[in-house]
Amino acid sequence: MTDSTASLRPDGLIDIRGLVFSRGGRRLFDGVDVTVSRGEVVAIMGPSGTGKTTLLRLIGGQLRAQGGQVNVDGEAVGRLSRRALYRLRRRMGVLFQSGALFTDLTCFDNVAFPLREHTDLPEALIRHVVLMKLEAVGLRGARDLYPAELSGGMARRVSLARALALDPEMILYDEPFAGQDPISMGALMKLIRELNDALGLTSVVVSHDVEEALSIADRAFVLSEGQIVEAGTPAELRASHSEWVRQFLNALPDGPVPFHYPADPMADDLRGERRE
Amino acid sequence: MIAALQKLGASTLATLGSLGRSVMFLLRVVLGLGELARRPGLLIQQLYSVGVLTLVIIVVSGLFVGMVLALQGYYTLVDFGAEQSLGVLVALSLTRELGPVVTALLFAGRAGSALTAEIGLMKATEQLAGMEMMAVDPERRIIAPRLIAALISLPLLAGIFTVLGIFGAYFVSTVMLGVDGGSFWSQMQAQVSFGDDVMNGMIKSVLFGLVAGWIAVFNGYDCVPTSHGVSRATTGTVVTTSLVVLGLDFVLTALMFD
Repeated sequence: MTDSTASLRPDGLIDIRGLVFSRGGRRLFDGVDVTVSRGEVVAIMGPSGTGKTTLLRLIGGQLRAQGGQVNVDGEAVGRLSRRALYRLRRRMGVLFQSGALFTDLTCFDNVAFPLREHTDLPEALIRHVVLMKLEAVGLRGARDLYPAELSGGMARRVSLARALALDPEMILYDEPFAGQDPISMGALMKLIRELNDALGLTSVVVSHDVEEALSIADRAFVLSEGQIVEAGTPAELRASHSEWVRQFLNALPDGPVPFHYPADPMADDLRGERRE
Repeated sequence: MIAALQKLGASTLATLGSLGRSVMFLLRVVLGLGELARRPGLLIQQLYSVGVLTLVIIVVSGLFVGMVLALQGYYTLVDFGAEQSLGVLVALSLTRELGPVVTALLFAGRAGSALTAEIGLMKATEQLAGMEMMAVDPERRIIAPRLIAALISLPLLAGIFTVLGIFGAYFVSTVMLGVDGGSFWSQMQAQVSFGDDVMNGMIKSVLFGLVAGWIAVFNGYDCVPTSHGVSRATTGTVVTTSLVVLGLDFVLTALMFD
């Protein structure tokens, strides 16, 4: 754990302290501290299976911490009533890895969905807002398409427009770059950074795409085996002496994280001897 | 032996757990029904897809079941010279038993399976999680209208099934078998009681509607969010609904017509 003072900022919009969470007999988080201040883009990185998506679900209140605290704007998410949690979620936008668009609605109706659910705006005004949000992600022309007709990158941009529909204060991005072609990746990176700055948002980007995440983040946290192993600005992370962080940032196949999944000795396996 | 016992224990615990979750789920949905009252449009949409779209299979099945009942009943009654009572036989069979039960079985196959698959796929593609994060409660927005639509649709469909079955039987009796139309209707009118027969049939179909809707939406909502999980849940809906409806029908019949 780094001694970066950034991880202990008191004015955090999202403030996670001593988080403990286990699932399926596996301890995903064991004393994790993360603070995200207003207005910044924070990347949370780590290999697949380290619980990055779970962390977003804990922030959004879909899961409850088993130890420690997850506070959003001073409110302990795990202790909120259903009504208070839903009120808090209206201030949050979430971009799911799959996009999570409603497959039976057009792009327009997908973006209009939260507005129709939560506001009494007349349809003409909803149309204006939806077109503005779609324009912001460059897909105003695709408004009549269904999700099945969109490419993966376009679906994620529509999902971003939907996450922005209610003008949230913060946006949580779950693996926004996974499986994207270079052009879509560039578009998404530009959008995440520019929307954050232009709309005064706070963004949490969960990703294992190191270069992309570091190039837009103000600060980054690296997760491994239930702990934050490094935190700081992208420059501080690149200068890290931790072997683990160096393996992760430089994409080395072997190192502290072994290439091989734990197994019996190869010779035993070939002879058909099994260790019970 | 120990392994078999462990397996038995694990599956019993899993079944009990699922039963407990389904009861809590139903309670939460019922407690959230207020929102549905404010937005009747959601219910009307579901009444169409759950009820209206099931009409064709109900209409066709009702006609044929009535026609077959008339044929079979005639062959037995005619030996005793009692073929004029065919109307009573058909009407009692349909209002008391076949109307509610066969409609519920057909409903599980047509609408219940569709509900489970739809909700299961929404779960597998994170649409339900997305909705939750948009501060929209899927239990109120997605589940409640579907459950209530099933509860309203099934008794109406059972009524349509019964009426068409009787007309099918009338057609076969009078046109094909030469039974007197007047006695067909008058004997039926004299011997079928609205309070005992028709109402009890209606009560059955309301309960079957609740059971069929509950099983369908719960299986979808509780499924493992994979393609195999959705497929298992869909099959589970048809099998469980059929067994529960048949078992419940026996209990209700024993209580109602003693």
